[in-house]
Amino acid sequence: MAKTHVSTSINGEPVEFLADPGSSLLDALRNTLGLTGTKEGCGTGDCGACSVTVDGRLVCSCLVLAVEAEGAEIATIEGMAQGEALHPLQRKFLEMAALQCGICTPGVLISARALLEKNPDPTETEVRFGLAGNLCRCTGYDKIVRAVMEAAAEMRETV
Amino acid sequence: MTDIRYLAPRTLDEAVAAFAAAQGAARILAGGTDLLVQMRAGVVRPGLIVDIKKIGEMTEIAETPEGGFRIGAAVPGATLAEHPRFGKAWPGVLEAINLIGSKQVQGRASPGGNLCNGSPAGDSVPAMIAAGAVVTIQGPQGRRTIPVEAVPAGPHRTSLAPGEILVSFTLPPRPAGASDAYLRMIPRTEMDIAVVGLGASLTLKDGVVTDARIGLGAVAPTVLLVEEAAKALIGSRLDDAALEAAAAACRAACRPIDDKRGTIAYRTRVAGVLLKRTVAIAAARAQGGN
Repeated sequence: MAKTHVSTSINGEPVEFLADPGSSLLDALRNTLGLTGTKEGCGTGDCGACSVTVDGRLVCSCLVLAVEAEGAEIATIEGMAQGEALHPLQRKFLEMAALQCGICTPGVLISARALLEKNPDPTETEVRFGLAGNLCRCTGYDKIVRAVMEAAAEMRETV
Repeated sequence: MTDIRYLAPRTLDEAVAAFAAAQGAARILAGGTDLLVQMRAGVVRPGLIVDIKKIGEMTEIAETPEGGFRIGAAVPGATLAEHPRFGKAWPGVLEAINLIGSKQVQGRASPGGNLCNGSPAGDSVPAMIAAGAVVTIQGPQGRRTIPVEAVPAGPHRTSLAPGEILVSFTLPPRPAGASDAYLRMIPRTEMDIAVVGLGASLTLKDGVVTDARIGLGAVAPTVLLVEEAAKALIGSRLDDAALEAAAAACRAACRPIDDKRGTIAYRTRVAGVLLKRTVAIAAARAQGGN
């Protein structure tokens, strides 16, 4: 099968890879590039486990073709911590036990970061609507929402 | 797995040529939120994917010289929501588009895709019909424009001819005292498919309705323009009798299916309820409220 050469940027690093034209960005991230932090849940855009940003825009990577990454800037969960320093969202998720099995967590974190970039001081309702595209079958969401609110408060103080 | 080719042309002429040459084996890719799901399910197996997002006209939001808007078919909902003026002129169209899926889906899904997917329950379609939007279509025979309501031809079918591509939506200028609204009935608060969806666009002068358009979704094989409902509203002060007549016209237009999301009787009744609620919101907006 003819593969297409793709030049892209992932978490600020230039990356090149070969992709089947019909395969998803999620496939490329996980199976071609070994970036397995991004999870596959439903594969149909309903669960948000595969959330990444493409040119700053939050998307489900299962609904993006790998070849569409050409010339784009992709951000995945692997780029969220700065070395050993966790992002405030990641730290609050740990401190406040906002995860159990962890499969949804990378997607939730990416979504929450995108939410806070647009709205640094969200209400609880805004957090719940903002994260409606991320399904979690463990936590019942309360701890996730509280952790996002706490992280937002901390991030507002440090700006 | 068969070979799939991917093409991201820079011009509409290239896109139309490639799309037409593939003779039905090609699919247009805008946001992909329907196409990739269908490919994964094996419902469609395109030989060629034509990505239209590198074509300027397809991703542009332009204000027309007349004071209306032209929205490229592939503009994602998230981009439209960030436009400084679109949502003020067309709050109903924007709220309809922004109801489609999650934030993630909003980052990709477009009104053009929503229309061409041909779902009777597509949220943006009743609002676009109510808005009186016309679509520009380009194909091997050139360009044409038709009203939005002329595009759906049945569940997952459109009236576009082979090789034709939806290019943009043109929304007319808004006179003073005009606004719109969209409501959908779903059994939850977010992330669901309309059981009934209704778009209403109204113009009021001194409390009297001078113009109205009603689009009704998820209650027939295609989204409907309900002219009888608009007629019942025009000339009225939105009194109970006019609203009930318009609601009755919406109920009469329903030809719904019975399914797990709603029965025929339920959908029909809700169509009338939504007419009254949506018109009330549009009227409040038209008269200066939010």
